[in-house]
Amino acid sequence: MSKLLTWIDDRFPLTKMWEEQWGKYAAPKNFNFWYYFGSLAAFVLVIQIVSGIFLTMNYKPDAAKAFESVEYIMRDVPWGWLIRYIHSTGASAFFIVVYLHMFRGVMYGSHRKPRELIWIFGVLIYLSLMGEAFMGYLLPWGQMSYWGAQVIINLFAAIPVIGPDLAVLIRGDYVISDVTLNRFFAFHVIALPLVLIGLVAAHLTALHEVGSSNPDGVEVKKQPKDPRTGLPLDAIYSHPYYTIKDLVGVIFFLFIFSIVVFFMPEMGGYFLEANNFIPADSLKTPAHIAPVWYFTPYYSILRAVPPMFDSQFPGVAAMGLSVMAFFFLPWLDRGKVKSIRYRGWWFKGMLALFVVSFLVLGWLGTKPTDALGKIGEVECATLLARIFTVLYFLWFVLMPWYTKRDRTRPEPERVTG
Amino acid sequence: MIKSLAAIVLIALSTATTLVASSASADEGPEMNNFAAPIDRHDVASLQRGAKLFVNYCLGCHSAQHMRYNRMVSDLGLTDKAIVENLILRGGLERDGSYSRDKVGETMKSTLDRADAKSIFGVVPPDLSVEARVRGVDWLYAYLRGFYRDEKTATGWNNLVFPNVSMPHVLWEMSGPNKLVVKEFDSPELARGALLQTHVVGTLEAVHSSAEASGAHGKQATKYLLRYVEPERPGTMSLQAYDTAVTDLVNFLDYIAEPAKNERIQLGIKVLIFLGILFVFAYWAKREFWKDVH
Repeated sequence: MSKLLTWIDDRFPLTKMWEEQWGKYAAPKNFNFWYYFGSLAAFVLVIQIVSGIFLTMNYKPDAAKAFESVEYIMRDVPWGWLIRYIHSTGASAFFIVVYLHMFRGVMYGSHRKPRELIWIFGVLIYLSLMGEAFMGYLLPWGQMSYWGAQVIINLFAAIPVIGPDLAVLIRGDYVISDVTLNRFFAFHVIALPLVLIGLVAAHLTALHEVGSSNPDGVEVKKQPKDPRTGLPLDAIYSHPYYTIKDLVGVIFFLFIFSIVVFFMPEMGGYFLEANNFIPADSLKTPAHIAPVWYFTPYYSILRAVPPMFDSQFPGVAAMGLSVMAFFFLPWLDRGKVKSIRYRGWWFKGMLALFVVSFLVLGWLGTKPTDALGKIGEVECATLLARIFTVLYFLWFVLMPWYTKRDRTRPEPERVTG
Repeated sequence: MIKSLAAIVLIALSTATTLVASSASADEGPEMNNFAAPIDRHDVASLQRGAKLFVNYCLGCHSAQHMRYNRMVSDLGLTDKAIVENLILRGGLERDGSYSRDKVGETMKSTLDRADAKSIFGVVPPDLSVEARVRGVDWLYAYLRGFYRDEKTATGWNNLVFPNVSMPHVLWEMSGPNKLVVKEFDSPELARGALLQTHVVGTLEAVHSSAEASGAHGKQATKYLLRYVEPERPGTMSLQAYDTAVTDLVNFLDYIAEPAKNERIQLGIKVLIFLGILFVFAYWAKREFWKDVH
């Protein structure tokens, strides 16, 4: 075995790569609960790719057959129902894990210098993931697939000058049709997964280059080395320590994941919507069209902004901006320390407000705008969405100011456990 | 630090729950005394009776084109022969002009031509393969018990749950014809009390009369309309027997919407037990490995 490894290492840097990327990677020893979600995101990506490959074997990207082929998978393909539920639950699980992973980053300052590029690769992964999820959602060819895609593509049509042509370019047709389904299939199963894998590789390479942050914001790489181990004082090898720890996390995640897959695959209509069990019908618009839950915060922002100058574009622009704003986080944040542990109440309060805004906007996005009744002429839900949209953006816009004036405590030299 | 984190989570959660709670009461539309459909997906006899009702009363106009007849062999304890003799009513002309029944490996297609259906009902009756997942079993249970006589509609039938539906009451011989009863109440409590006492499906709607209609006071008067169906004449079945028949049918619709459901839940329990044991070992291994990290 070791002979074979030597043979390979003489020709390909296998051991070197393994040790650089994981085996001898010095990670801070004080990762807490929030640090599970990175490895979990990678794990869910693998789940989605593997289950996706098996779905592709029986799915038919054809407007006349797509819905039927999904039901065929659910009934006639051995274990087809399991693979399909794993994939549909995996899509939502991916976003849950990624949102928590992003929240971790913001909380402990993982986006701060010198990790700006890691953060940017991460936001690019998030954007690709949104594209991947959006295109994948068209494939079952149900009513929500069809009309959800219709709404989103029409957003592009609202862009001034090039909008209408752009929408036709995306659809490949004047309406969503078989052509659209085919190209979305191509993007979903090959183009975007390739992009995702490439970005994940870049995300991890950048991470292993600069080293991991941790809940104390201590740069372990700058610490003196322990003469006994040759490692920085507060670091341990990823393998076996984080291999086994992340494995525990994966098993725990699989337990929760299995509860959904086996006992509540529809998740009360949030993971699989009832309307999507009706085949797509271009002549019948559902009474209430809502995107899947992971897009609803942005959908709320879109609806919250009123049309201006006879154009829906301001809403579309606000929605685009609400996602793109994440790119600028490393430069908006001027705090003296990285971790929330040593930040003051301004940072904590604003972060709490942002989380609340995100959740409320997400929840409102699943509802029709008249869901909460009216006060006079104003829809309560729209009013709420407007307030929380403003709060959402204030978190970004005021960040340079409140992070700078925040009363922080000095970060320790050593991690605190 | 943990405290401040907990505070963030707590604030977020409490806001979310308050909002969710407040939304429940703001739901629009008439209130319904929706009975939970008393179905049991393990009751094979009920599913078999449901299958019989389904092929006799539904499959004439509807289809279940994703459901194969012979799936019922493994799931409902039927034989190919029993299915061919009792459940397959549809057939067609072969190339040589002879007539043959649909094969047991085929899916449940409708006997009614789609174009004919469109011209008869104005709308093609929907495929029922996954209808239970679209509407939910409770809705179906209420719908099938919500038909009443209505001279104003083309079919002579209307439905409390699905007003002006194109479908006639195909099970009317069993239930007997029903009539709609409308009662008006001034207080919501009385109306709700009466709604809860109705045996069958009832709806409660608050009707606000406009300011002009209620006189010069300019105050809105609110009436509470209770609507429910009541037997006009007894059918071939008692009320209870009809409810049981509908239960069987809804049970079957729920089954064909996801035939693998029982298998899914059984497998799920095994998977969770396996993962639970695996977790204990993995956690123990982690603790052993981390013993020297201080």
